[in-house]
Amino acid sequence: MAGEINIKSGIDWVTVLLYLLLVTIGYLNIYAAVFDPEDPVSFFSLSHNAGRQLLFLGLSTVIVTLILFIDYKVYDSFAYIFYGFMIFMLLATIFLGTPIKGSRSWIKLGTFSLQPAEFAKTVTALALAKLLSTQGFSLKRFNGLWKAAVLILLPPVIIILQKETGAALPFAIFMVVLYREGLPGIYPGLFLGFVIILIVSLFYSKWYILGGMVVAGIFFWYFILGKRDRGRQILYRLIGLYLVFATFTMGLDFFLTKVLQPHQQRRIQALVNPDADPLGAGWNVTQAKIAIGSGGLFGKGYLQGTQTKFNFVPEQSTDFIFCTVGEEWGFMGSLVLMGLYLSFFARILYLAEQQRDKFARIYGYCVASIMFFHLLVNIGMTIGLMPVIGIPLPFISYGGSSLWSFTILLFIFLKLDAHRSFKV
Amino acid sequence: MYDGRKHIILFFFLSIGIIYISRLFYLQVIDPTYKSIGATKAVHRQIEVPLRGQIYDRNGKILVQNEEVYNMYVTPNKVKHLDTLRFCRVFDIDRNCFDSTMKVAKKYSRNRASIFKKQLTKNEFAHVADAMINFKGFHFEQSFFRTYPGNTLANALGYIGEIPRKLYDNQEHRYYRKGDYIGLTGLEKSYEEELRGIRGVKYTLMDVKMNDKGSYENGSYDTVAVVGKDLFSSIDIELQKLADSLFQNKVGAIVAIEPKTGEILTMGSYPTYDPNLLSGKAFSKNYRKLISDPDKPMFNRTISAFYRPGSTFKLVQSVVGLQQGVINARTSFIGADSPMGCHGHGLHHMANLNNAVQYSCNPYFYNVFKRILANSTKKSPFIAAREGLSRWRDMVGTFGLGTHLGIDIPGEKNGLLPDLGYYDKIYGENRWKFSTVASMAIGEGELGMDVLKLANIMAVMANKGYWVTPHLISGVGEDNKGMKPERLQIHQTGIDAKHFLSIYDGMEQVLKAGTARQAYMAEIPILGKTGTSQNRKGRDHAIFVAFAPRDNPQIAIAAVVENAGYGGSSSGPISSLLIEKYLTRKIERRALAERMKNTSFKTVAATAAN
Repeated sequence: MAGEINIKSGIDWVTVLLYLLLVTIGYLNIYAAVFDPEDPVSFFSLSHNAGRQLLFLGLSTVIVTLILFIDYKVYDSFAYIFYGFMIFMLLATIFLGTPIKGSRSWIKLGTFSLQPAEFAKTVTALALAKLLSTQGFSLKRFNGLWKAAVLILLPPVIIILQKETGAALPFAIFMVVLYREGLPGIYPGLFLGFVIILIVSLFYSKWYILGGMVVAGIFFWYFILGKRDRGRQILYRLIGLYLVFATFTMGLDFFLTKVLQPHQQRRIQALVNPDADPLGAGWNVTQAKIAIGSGGLFGKGYLQGTQTKFNFVPEQSTDFIFCTVGEEWGFMGSLVLMGLYLSFFARILYLAEQQRDKFARIYGYCVASIMFFHLLVNIGMTIGLMPVIGIPLPFISYGGSSLWSFTILLFIFLKLDAHRSFKV
Repeated sequence: MYDGRKHIILFFFLSIGIIYISRLFYLQVIDPTYKSIGATKAVHRQIEVPLRGQIYDRNGKILVQNEEVYNMYVTPNKVKHLDTLRFCRVFDIDRNCFDSTMKVAKKYSRNRASIFKKQLTKNEFAHVADAMINFKGFHFEQSFFRTYPGNTLANALGYIGEIPRKLYDNQEHRYYRKGDYIGLTGLEKSYEEELRGIRGVKYTLMDVKMNDKGSYENGSYDTVAVVGKDLFSSIDIELQKLADSLFQNKVGAIVAIEPKTGEILTMGSYPTYDPNLLSGKAFSKNYRKLISDPDKPMFNRTISAFYRPGSTFKLVQSVVGLQQGVINARTSFIGADSPMGCHGHGLHHMANLNNAVQYSCNPYFYNVFKRILANSTKKSPFIAAREGLSRWRDMVGTFGLGTHLGIDIPGEKNGLLPDLGYYDKIYGENRWKFSTVASMAIGEGELGMDVLKLANIMAVMANKGYWVTPHLISGVGEDNKGMKPERLQIHQTGIDAKHFLSIYDGMEQVLKAGTARQAYMAEIPILGKTGTSQNRKGRDHAIFVAFAPRDNPQIAIAAVVENAGYGGSSSGPISSLLIEKYLTRKIERRALAERMKNTSFKTVAATAAN
C-alpha cells in the first residue's frame, strides 16, 4: 500500500529522537538507582531493575513495530471496543487481582506484574478522540458534554475502587483536551479556581478563604466591573461564582478531614510541613529534597550519588527516579531533562495542530497532556511542590506497565501523524 | 476556531516547566541546606521500638512483664580480621552455622546489618560482652520478650509474635516492619495499640562508609520513643491461681464477674498451659506441641465453647415468666401434665416457684415455658407459638444471649438462642409449636452459651435487672484511665427488680437444702443454681452458677466441669471455694479444697491413652 512504503518519511523523527533520548536517560538512571558500589552488577543482568528495564525496552520494540504496521484506521474504528475491553479488565482486576500494599490493581503473571490501570489512559484517549471527532458533536451542548464526562470519569472511578487513587488522578488532565476542543471557558476557569483554593487551604483556614473571596469579589465588582453597563448582571454572576467557590471550600474541608484516609491526609500535610510526620510521608519528601538539593550545579557524577547509592530515597527506581538525576547530574542535568520533556510536549502539540484529521489532533493533545500531568506530579513530588502520589515519570521510571503504556500512547500518535498527508 | 486556546495550553505547559526549573535552581544551586549534608554525609534513619506495656492484676501484682533480651547483628563489610575459630567457640556454634549465616547476611547487604543470633538472655550477653571487643562488625540491640510471673491466665492474656505475612502486606500505612512483634491473640491483640507505645525515630548522619557522624540537626527531627501504656486488669491473680489448682485434671471453664461493674475477677479455661511456654526462643517448638494437644489447651472455652445451660436456665425462665405475668411466685403446678419427669422427689416441688427452683423441678418449668409460649391471643397453636417464642426471645436476648457481650478480647462467639427463622428453616413456617421447642424450658435443646454468658446471667440476677459489658481491663496507662466508653456500657433487661427478688429465697435454698448442698457455706449467703447439661458424647457436664453475698453482691460466678455428672458435685464446690476466697481472703474448708483438687474427670488425651 502507498501508506506503508512511505512510513520512513512519514514518521516524525524529531519525536522519535526525543523518545530515544528519554528512554536512554531512563535506563542509565535506573542502573544508577540500583547500583551498589560494593557489589556492582553488569548492565544487563536480569536480577535487578536496570536489566529488566532493558528487557522491557526490548519488548517495546516489538510493540512499536506492531503499532506502526497496523493500519492507522484501526485506531479510530476500534476505539470504543478497546475502551469497553479496558473497562472489563479494570473490573476483573478488582476480583482477580493480587492485593499489594492495600490496593487491588495488579495482576500477577509469573514473576512479573501488570497493572491494567496504566493502559486505561491510552484507551480512554482513543475513545475520547473518537467521540469528540464525531460529526455534529459539540461540547457546548449538554448532550455532548455529559457523554464526554462519563467517558472520562468511568475508568478513574473503577480505579479508585481498586484502591489505587494515584492511577486515577491523571484523568483530570483530559480537561485540557476538552478546553482545546471548545469546552466553555467557565469549566477550566472554575477548575483552576478550585485548584488555587486547594493550595491556599493548605496554608490558611477556610474562614480566611471565604473572607478573602468576599473581599476579592467586592474589589472586582466595584473597581473593575461595576462601572460597566449591565453591572447588575455581573453582580449576580459574581455572587453565583462566590457561592460555588464557597461550597467548594466547605466541601473540600469536609473532604480533607472526614473522607480522606489518615495516611493520605498525612501526605498532604507533609507537603506543608514535612517535619510533622518524619516516619512516613514527610520522610520521603525530606530525603528526596536532600538527594536533589545536594546535586549542586553539576551533580556528583554518574554512579557517585551518596543518597542514591545507599538507598536513602525510597522507591528510587520508580516514583523517585528524578532524585537520581538531580543528585548525580545536578542542576544542569535537571535543566536538560526538563528541557527535553518540554520540547517533547511542544513537539507533540505542534504535530497535533498540523493534523487535518480531528481524531488525530485530539488524540495528540491527549498524549501531550497525559505525559505533562505525569511530569507535573512526579517531579513536583520530588521537589516538594506536590504531595507524594505514586505515579511514574514517562519513559524514565522503571516498570513494564508504565513503559509499554506510554510507548503505545506515543507511537499510536506517531502512526496517525505519519498518515496525515494521506488523509483526504 | 479555537486557535487562541492552543497558545494558552502551550503557555500553561511552559509556565509550569519554568516554575519547576526555578524551584530546582533554588534547591540545587541557591539553598545551602542540602548541599553540605549530601556532599559527604547522608542522613540515616533509625527506628527505636519502645518497651511494651505491662499488665497488672487488680491488686497491682504483675501478670505480664518484659524481660530484656539481646539480638546480635552483623554488618559484613565491617567484619575485619576475624578469628573465626575463637568466635565460634565463644558463641558455641559450629563452623558451618557461622558460614551459612554470614552468607545470608552478605546476600542481603554488605553495608547493612542483618540478624546474626537472636535472643540472647541477659546472662548470655554478659558472658560474651567482654569478648566482643575482638570481633569487629558485630553489634547488639536490646529487645525484650514477655514473661509471666504468675504462670497463669494464658488464654485471656494471649501472646505476641512476629507479624504474619498477610497482616504485614495488608497494612494501609506501613507501621510494622518485617519481623516486628505484634499481639496475636487475647489481650495482647485487643490492646495492641495501647501496649505498643509509639516508635521513636532517630536521624543520624553517616558518612559514605556508614560510620556514625552524630545527630542530624541536633535531633530536632527526632521523635522520642514513648513506652507502651500499662494495662490494669480486674483479674485477681490469687483467685485465678486457686481456680487453676481446683480445675486440675478437669476439662471446663470458670468465669467470675463483679456484678455492679462488669469487671472480670477470674477467667479460666481448662486444660490450660503455662503462658511462659509461648515466649522467647522456645516459642515455635512449644506452639507446635500445644496446638496439636487433643485437649486443646489454647482454646479459650470461656468465650468460644458453648454448652447447653441445663437447669441453670430455669432462673431466666422464672423472671421472664414473672415479668410477662403468666406466673407469680405462688403459682402451683401440682397435678399439671408434663412429659418430663422429676428427679423422683415429692409433690411439694411443684407447689410454688421457689420450691421448684430449690429442687430444680422439670415439670414445673415445662409448664412455665408452656404458658410463656401460649401467652398470645392467637387460637392456632402454631401461630401462638410464633408470637410467644418471638416475645420470649426478645426478653431472653436482653441478657446478652445469642450475641456478643462485647468482652475486650477477640474470639467471643454468639452462642445459640433460636429465633423464628431458625425453626422455620428446619420445620417450615407454621409447622412447629410448643411441643417442638419444649426442651428449652429446662435449658436443653436448641440453646448454647459459653461460660462468660452464664456468669453474666448471674450478674443480672445479682444486680436485679441489668448487666455491664464484661471486661478484663479496667484501666489503661499512667492515669489509669483511657477505657473506651463502649466497653463499660450498662445494659438493662427491662425486667422489674422485684421479680428477681422473688426467687432469691429459692436460690438460697438450693445450697442450704437443695441440689447444691456440698457448696453450702454457713458464713456467707450464696445464691445459686445447679445444672446438668446433656452431653451426647459421654457423661453430662456439671454446671453451677451463683452470686454472693445476698445483700450487696460482690461476685457472680459460673463454672462448667465437662463430663462430671451432676452440677452440685464438682462445679458447685469449686465455685463456692472461690467465693469463699474472694470474700474472706482465705480458705477454711481445706478438706473440700483438697478433694476438689484431686478429683479428675477424663480428658480427651486421657481417654485416648486408655
